[in-house]
Amino acid sequence: MSHPEFEAVIGLEVHCQLATDTKIFCGCPTRQADGRSVADAAVNGAVCPVCAGHPGSLPVLNKKVVEYAVRAGLATHCTINPRSVFSRKNYFYPDLPKGYQISQYDLPICEHGGLEIPLKNGETKRVSITRIHMEEDAGKNIHMEGMSLVNLNRACVPLIEIVSGPDMKSSDEAGAYLRALHAIVTHLGICDGNMQEGNFRCDANVSVMPKGSTQLGTRAEVKNVNSFRYVEKAIDHEIQRQIEVIRGGGKIVQETRLYDADKDATFSMRSKEEAHDYRYFPEPDLIPLVIEKAWIEQIRGTLPELPEQKRARLVGELGLSSYDAGVLTSTISMSNFFDQALKLADKSLAKPLANLLTGEVARLINEETKEIGDSKLRPEHLAEAVKFVAAGTISSTGAKTLITAAWKTGDAASTIVDREGLKQVSDTGALETIIDQVIAKNPGQAADFKAGKEKLLGFFVGQVMKESGGKANPTMLQDLIRKKLSSI
Amino acid sequence: MNANTIRQVHDAFDQKKLSPTELTHEYLKAAKASKHNAYITIAEERALAQAKAAEQVIARDGRVPRERLPLLGIPIGIKDLFTIDGMRTTCASKMLDNYFPPYTATVVDRLEAAGAVTLGKLNMDEFAMGGSNENSAYGPVKHPTHSDRVPGGSSGGSATAVKAGLCLAALGTDTGGSIRLPASYCGIVGMKPTYGRVSRYGLVAFASSLDQAGPMTNSVEDTARILQVMSGHDPRDSTSAPRPPGDWIGALSKTPDWKSLRVGVPKEYFVGGLTGDVEKAVQSSLKWFESKGAQLVPISLPHTEYAVAVYYVVAVCEASSNLARYDGVRFGVRPKEALEAPDLAGFYKRVRAAFGPEVKRRIILGTFALSSGYYDAYYKRACQVRRLMAQDFAKAFEQVDVIAAPVSPTTAFKLGEKTSDPLQMYLNDIFTIPVNLAGLPALSVPCGEDSQKLPIGLQLIGPAFGDEKLISIAQAFEQGRRT
Repeated sequence: MSHPEFEAVIGLEVHCQLATDTKIFCGCPTRQADGRSVADAAVNGAVCPVCAGHPGSLPVLNKKVVEYAVRAGLATHCTINPRSVFSRKNYFYPDLPKGYQISQYDLPICEHGGLEIPLKNGETKRVSITRIHMEEDAGKNIHMEGMSLVNLNRACVPLIEIVSGPDMKSSDEAGAYLRALHAIVTHLGICDGNMQEGNFRCDANVSVMPKGSTQLGTRAEVKNVNSFRYVEKAIDHEIQRQIEVIRGGGKIVQETRLYDADKDATFSMRSKEEAHDYRYFPEPDLIPLVIEKAWIEQIRGTLPELPEQKRARLVGELGLSSYDAGVLTSTISMSNFFDQALKLADKSLAKPLANLLTGEVARLINEETKEIGDSKLRPEHLAEAVKFVAAGTISSTGAKTLITAAWKTGDAASTIVDREGLKQVSDTGALETIIDQVIAKNPGQAADFKAGKEKLLGFFVGQVMKESGGKANPTMLQDLIRKKLSSI
Repeated sequence: MNANTIRQVHDAFDQKKLSPTELTHEYLKAAKASKHNAYITIAEERALAQAKAAEQVIARDGRVPRERLPLLGIPIGIKDLFTIDGMRTTCASKMLDNYFPPYTATVVDRLEAAGAVTLGKLNMDEFAMGGSNENSAYGPVKHPTHSDRVPGGSSGGSATAVKAGLCLAALGTDTGGSIRLPASYCGIVGMKPTYGRVSRYGLVAFASSLDQAGPMTNSVEDTARILQVMSGHDPRDSTSAPRPPGDWIGALSKTPDWKSLRVGVPKEYFVGGLTGDVEKAVQSSLKWFESKGAQLVPISLPHTEYAVAVYYVVAVCEASSNLARYDGVRFGVRPKEALEAPDLAGFYKRVRAAFGPEVKRRIILGTFALSSGYYDAYYKRACQVRRLMAQDFAKAFEQVDVIAAPVSPTTAFKLGEKTSDPLQMYLNDIFTIPVNLAGLPALSVPCGEDSQKLPIGLQLIGPAFGDEKLISIAQAFEQGRRT
């Protein structure tokens, strides 16, 4: 999908469900006793007069929500406004019990931040964050044959909306930004980051303009994208669609479009004319939120090491590539896993450790779409694997086999090595026997090698590997073969 | 029944001349027989159970434990926009004909915890929008003594019920004068406390930044006794002031220091439109203050002329949002034809037809004033002028301790007299509205009658959180004028 004469401009609005114990404006819990979200509780079984919007009920702001929003703001280098204001966003929809959503409008809690995001080419890019504001979630409509029902369990669950500047130029950059943001909120512990459940969801504002132009094109907002991959695909689609419209002599209209993952396309949801006039005005039931500087500093003191700082440390202190560092800090579980494994192994083994995590482990995570912590793999397995490789006990291929087996069974590394027969043949005598056999079988190649065809060394290594059933220690092999051939 | 204040009733209870059950029965009987249309709901069974419980306390203690249960056995009526768990709350609207809230308003909770007996829910203007109580879906309330006249509104049911002996005291709400105006028209005491002194939790909102609950009673003393129970911080209401409840009862016996008392007389409140009888009654009240040694200070509240305009922007904007929840999905009646609507917009349209004309008018006005492109010209500008009005008062209170003024330019008018002209009706609130916009405490205390024996109220306005001082002055006025 190449379109050199056009340039895309992308901005993202991310909704993060905050992992507080109670809802934003009432005391209702956000989780059931077993830890699952109240969204899954008995229908309308997790509501009170406030979150159900009963006449006469009033909102009371949950301080923890403010703290979490401040954490997000500090981690993204935002200014924390000492005074911010809640506003009512008015619109009619059956899942909105009060007929308005309490949100923040012209005076949000955080503004003017930004994020360094790691790109695939190893460079980093700064994406500005325009604002972060707090708001309540709505309920959920359930459509059935002949009727629609409303479940208000999710109403009043706290959200923050993080709005980026129009700073991204490709779906890759948008994806990198989204992953970086996801890593931050999960590192902060303010959001569980579960995209399938919609706890971290994103709307993309996409426009295109002729390359080199400074005049932004008309934008379309793409809603309803709930995985990193879908965001990238939806953006690519939207860019392509807009370019085709312009090339065909048409004009882009400002509208809201819906991404349909099954059809892999976007569809118009409503045009600008049909857009809601939200009639924002300051929420009279809540007083302006005043935040003391001392409290902000106190919160700053409790921030964990953030992905950005950690990436710098991994690159600077451990000599990892910027890309590896990006993957290793993409989720809090991956990040912690690396730290623990490194502690059990040795700092000198950081690179192979990183390779295993960004290679084999990342593949397993992708394939099984589960978190590292949901498998049976433990940091011990990784540490053992890289130590075995370093000692020549197993090959790097063997290490991959070991990790895959540990992911499924969780058995001790040494047990797996024995069971899977991963131990390398490092015994000189045994290797020499195989080498002799291989040379005897291939006298022509042996002669050519001696005549100067150095390339044939690889052929011999391969043959010996094959004969040994893949267990020969490859580093020992080269020296031994060379020695044998030259002594013929 | 000659016991019509809390103290008289408690004395009668103590002397065993009267029991809570007898008293409750008497009031219920009067409420049911009354032709005033003051009640929307009479909660007989519940009231009698509360009365019985009160009776048991008195039987056990031998007397009324006035410290612990200061309202024990006192029969009260509640304006029908306070929620009571399980009791129908209509806001005098067809829209909420079927609404039974699952929780109780903080103020009602506090009154009942102090021993009060709730007789039922009182009629009002629909969603508290109106000044004559003619905007009720359950029919207009009649004036307690002149049945062809309005009681004032929107707490008209509360005022009539108190004056006509259908309850001993009532709860009202005041957004632009809805307690003071009917109190003035009906000849009782009604107070709107400083915004934030009384919880709004469970008060169905009309205009959140203006609404405030208050008592409507036969005496200043009862107003103080009820506020002693009602007021004070409520963690469920973010706009309730984080202050202790205050010493309202103590204020009753605090005689004002007349020699140093400065009474402000705003020139903007004594203008054309004020009827002769009202002006005469208010002027004679001012003279009484002067006769006690107080100093009358002419003051100016220059932004008064904008009050009605500002109010009818701020109040309707908030109302348009507050009433959005009555959409037939979660709240509001859902008529059969709504269910047959072709789409959601059609459904809303058919549901919201249940609002009365005044409510519709205000929702449309508010929706317009908040809409994109008009917000700055209306809502934002109104908020700016509102601040100027608050500054007017703040400046005035640097020179005076209390402001005295009429409550309304007229006495109670005839039913139907102003219904065809909403603007005339709106102008009726001209002396009460500025107080709500500035968030100040104010009360209406009877100060005379016109030639037709229609009551006239004197409005006393205090500085923010100067509520108790108002009580002291009003108590002295009420007692002094009586003797």
